[in-house]
Amino acid sequence: MPVDYQNLVLPYVSPASLGAARSARRPVVIVGAGPVGLTLAIDLARHGTPVLLLDDDDRLSTGSRAICFAKRTLEIWDRLGCGEPIASKGVSWNVGKVYFRDRLVYSFDLLPEAGHCRPAFVNLQQYYVEGLLYEHARRQPGVEMRFRHKVVAVEQSAGGASVGVETPDGRYDLACDYVIACDGARSPVRGMLGLPTRGQTFRDRFLIADVRMDADLPIERRFWFDPPFHRHGSALMHRQPDNVWRIDFQLGFDADPAVEREPARVMARVRAMLGDDANVELVWCSVYTFSCMRMEHFRHGRVIFAGDCAHGVSPFGARGANSGVQDADNLAWKLHYVIRGDAPDRLLDTYASEREQAADENIAHSTRSADFLTPKTDMSRVFRDAVLSLAQAHPFARRLVNSGRLSTATTLVDSPLATPDRDRFEGLMAPGAAAADAPVTVAGRRDWFLRKIGGRFVAVHFTGRARDATTTMPGPGGSRTDDALRIDPLLIAAPSSDAARDDDAIVDAERMLAARYDAAEGTTYLFRPDQHVCARWRRFDAGAVRAAVARATCNG
Amino acid sequence: MPLNVEPNLASPDAFYEALLDAHRGLDLESSQRLNARLVLLLANHIGDLDVLRDALERARNCDGDSPA
Repeated sequence: MPVDYQNLVLPYVSPASLGAARSARRPVVIVGAGPVGLTLAIDLARHGTPVLLLDDDDRLSTGSRAICFAKRTLEIWDRLGCGEPIASKGVSWNVGKVYFRDRLVYSFDLLPEAGHCRPAFVNLQQYYVEGLLYEHARRQPGVEMRFRHKVVAVEQSAGGASVGVETPDGRYDLACDYVIACDGARSPVRGMLGLPTRGQTFRDRFLIADVRMDADLPIERRFWFDPPFHRHGSALMHRQPDNVWRIDFQLGFDADPAVEREPARVMARVRAMLGDDANVELVWCSVYTFSCMRMEHFRHGRVIFAGDCAHGVSPFGARGANSGVQDADNLAWKLHYVIRGDAPDRLLDTYASEREQAADENIAHSTRSADFLTPKTDMSRVFRDAVLSLAQAHPFARRLVNSGRLSTATTLVDSPLATPDRDRFEGLMAPGAAAADAPVTVAGRRDWFLRKIGGRFVAVHFTGRARDATTTMPGPGGSRTDDALRIDPLLIAAPSSDAARDDDAIVDAERMLAARYDAAEGTTYLFRPDQHVCARWRRFDAGAVRAAVARATCNG
Repeated sequence: MPLNVEPNLASPDAFYEALLDAHRGLDLESSQRLNARLVLLLANHIGDLDVLRDALERARNCDGDSPA
């Protein structure tokens, strides 16, 4: 029987029954068991750093909330071993349609090329995502979770940090090396440290109505500007699993949230859209405003912020939860290396700088979308409507329509951890880019490149030469440090080559991998543990690879 | 390439007449909508953002409309 994640009560354990383990010093305490905290906990544990995850509640997400999970997020969860249950429960989609008044203006495909394991997006209620992540976290030996253990104090000194935890059965304190706040937009931890977050709140209100209905509509994102059923506003419709549809109505800033939440009023809007005879049932509704804001610094000594507590955007690009999961992906391996002593503390500064830059990119996209959805002046509305009225017949204008620029992987431009190109390359896989997927063949069976590069530093070497004839790739080292910084070698065999004859060869049978990476005989890519491109060369040079890893771990 | 502000219209008087003709019979709001579409069409034809920024700046600053 499937688990009812909306009513699942997570186990509470009293501090007394935890015994001596209750206050044992921890390397990492994560505050907040949402999608970001859970992802980070799983990632750290799989690297080998144990984590304690504290949450003030014992329930998963109330209501569907975040529903659009992007390709990059699914690829991160694939790396952590839980992408498949999430992707298969979700509803996959790639196509969006934009309507203006009563006309379809254009449609777009977010993933127009074949040869990717994951779609551009899956839609899935947040409580399913959290439930599936929670179950996966529970299976990790290095993850301990305590629910209804509310962090009420955070302190730090040069030697460590401590948190004060309140439970229904009293308070206790706990020492740790690092506190990672993943505690959401209203972040209590941010408040405890007296840290501000700055930005702008948009003067508009939106209504979410999740309805259950049997409807045989195509699976796509539909967006309306000024439709006949909701004049002067915008509307969005999206499919979720269990025959649930997300409908979002723009209400304007003067709308009264208490009135707009009344079910009869919500249903009147829904019926205006879907018709009086539609068999619909209201599942969840919410009226929201949004802000684009971020903390100035994501790192404050031993306290590090990730997800909504660090940065906030509008929901229209699906950049909230998706950027938070990318935060976790960026932070986990760095924390692991620093805690093990394999990298200096300043590697954690690069988490902040890389993800602050990503937040700026997300906020810029989100702000532009908001300005298109809610024109601030009469003239900006005139231009907005001019764009929409041109778009149907003029392809150029479609590029100006902005119903939300949907989340894609952030390229870490100018990252201090990336080694700048010395050789000439074309295409998108520049140092800093998130690795593109492509099909590969192993022992005659189709597989995926991203599954093969895993979560360590990996040097990928494209060749047609048989294994024993290739240049020596770096192998396992001797000491603990060498082992941690060990670079996994991975040969990609050209199709029908000597290299491809090897039984366990990873063959680029469809030649998509070499095309996406602009690779030829001898091309070598180095990937970080978070599957971002770290460096690349036209030929393999062990010294250059080692130097690039040293640079990427601040050991250079 | 900078914005060309030297004479470039093949038939200046004919263009001006065509511009006024396009607006004939429209109220101010309809004319505003036409102008907005025209700006977008021409901007796409030009393409180069530096040229467009130059044009925007000149248009904004040439008759005292810029805010104090």
